[in-house]
Amino acid sequence: MSVYGFLGFSYDFRWSVLWTPPHGTWLIDGLLMTLRLSALSWIIAVLLGILFGALRTVPFRPLRILATAYVEFFRNVPLLVWLFFWYFGVPEIFPESVRQWLNRHGAEFLCAVAGISIYHGARISEVIRAGIQSIPKTQLEAGLSTGLSVTQTYRLIIIPIALRLIVPPVTNESLNLLKNTSLAMTIGVAELTFATRQIETYTAKAFEAFTAGTLIYLALCLGIAYVMNRVERKFAIPGLIVRAGRAEH
Amino acid sequence: MDWAVIISNAKFILLQGLVGIGRFGGGTLALAIPAILLGFGVGITLGLSRLAQRSWIHYPAAIYIEFIRGIPLVMVIFWFWFLVPVILHRPVPEYWIALSAFVMFEGAYIGEIVRAGIQSVPRGQVDAATSSGLNYGQMMWHIILPQAVRNIIPSLVTQFIVLFKDTSLASIIGMMDLTKAAQTVSQRELRPFEMYLFIAVVYWVCTYSMSRFSQWLEVRMSPERKPAL
Repeated sequence: MSVYGFLGFSYDFRWSVLWTPPHGTWLIDGLLMTLRLSALSWIIAVLLGILFGALRTVPFRPLRILATAYVEFFRNVPLLVWLFFWYFGVPEIFPESVRQWLNRHGAEFLCAVAGISIYHGARISEVIRAGIQSIPKTQLEAGLSTGLSVTQTYRLIIIPIALRLIVPPVTNESLNLLKNTSLAMTIGVAELTFATRQIETYTAKAFEAFTAGTLIYLALCLGIAYVMNRVERKFAIPGLIVRAGRAEH
Repeated sequence: MDWAVIISNAKFILLQGLVGIGRFGGGTLALAIPAILLGFGVGITLGLSRLAQRSWIHYPAAIYIEFIRGIPLVMVIFWFWFLVPVILHRPVPEYWIALSAFVMFEGAYIGEIVRAGIQSVPRGQVDAATSSGLNYGQMMWHIILPQAVRNIIPSLVTQFIVLFKDTSLASIIGMMDLTKAAQTVSQRELRPFEMYLFIAVVYWVCTYSMSRFSQWLEVRMSPERKPAL
């Protein structure tokens, strides 16, 4: 089917390229890889975020400085640069045996997970710090005066409240993470964007390939946003209208 | 760690990659600065449209913003990379493809910032402007937008930092920027660790100083701040 658009260019649409073998499998494998990469990176990023976000608020200066250094260094440099750094740069300084081990175990995927989770861990920790700091200091003091230790106060009081406050900004950040996994294509991870580019290269049908990729990303993001919106309402603390700050950038 | 390779290539990376002076054109700053200015124009248009009463203005803007925010920037860049030459019937340099993609992408995010800024202006200002006989355009131009823009300047600086980092993606379609410059050098010198660490530091110095500036601006411009005597 040939279409002559109002802008005067012609384009021969052939949507079947999306499901003629093996292109359909590429798309599905790409989607699964995007999900796998996002899920694994997300788990590590959230753990790093909780750890460093909490460390930035503890009353012990050296730990705060350490956590601040991590956050400020990693989130202020583009993710793409981190991916190149972890994939091309870091293996260079290790001995040959380590590099061979990495190559046997899928260096692309491991480096993508490292890059994405460390970068987003820094961003999530900012969200968590803002969440913790929006909790009045009196909560900490009350906890301490009932005889809890600092660790116990954090574990039993501060972190549970903060976790509920930060659902909306963390959702936002998680969607950023999902979208940012598309950068992993640059180091050769066969995720969704990689798959659409591959179809485009093999068939020269860029419009169809990019449409497929775009719609899948849209469906994922809008779907997650919808679910989290409902979760947000369920977890909102009654009577508390304060919204934790979003990550700055 | 090989410092010599950094020192001997620093001039190329900073001049060509960061500023864009050299035979490859491009440049991170040469892309980021026009992109934020033009993106601000698109953002104001989208933000105002999204607040419009008429649904045929409101819905297209809302759908555009949600659409752009729901897909990765890489995808947007690939779309422009494919569509712009097809529409214009001729090859387009990577710089112009990247610039148009960034303007339209950041425009959606700035549109949301502008909308929040306008909504932060108290309702009484609209009533006062209307009752003093100003029409919609005059009210927006003289009363609402000046206050809104003042409120959102810190967010705009933050958005510029985001954009500055995002421009690294222009290297994917082959535009010469900091990232591409480091890539080129590290392929020649076989020193990826040093080169990527070096541009990480360059990016960091730029973004961190801007983020400190934005914090300073936020304190300075906050309404709670007492006026200087």
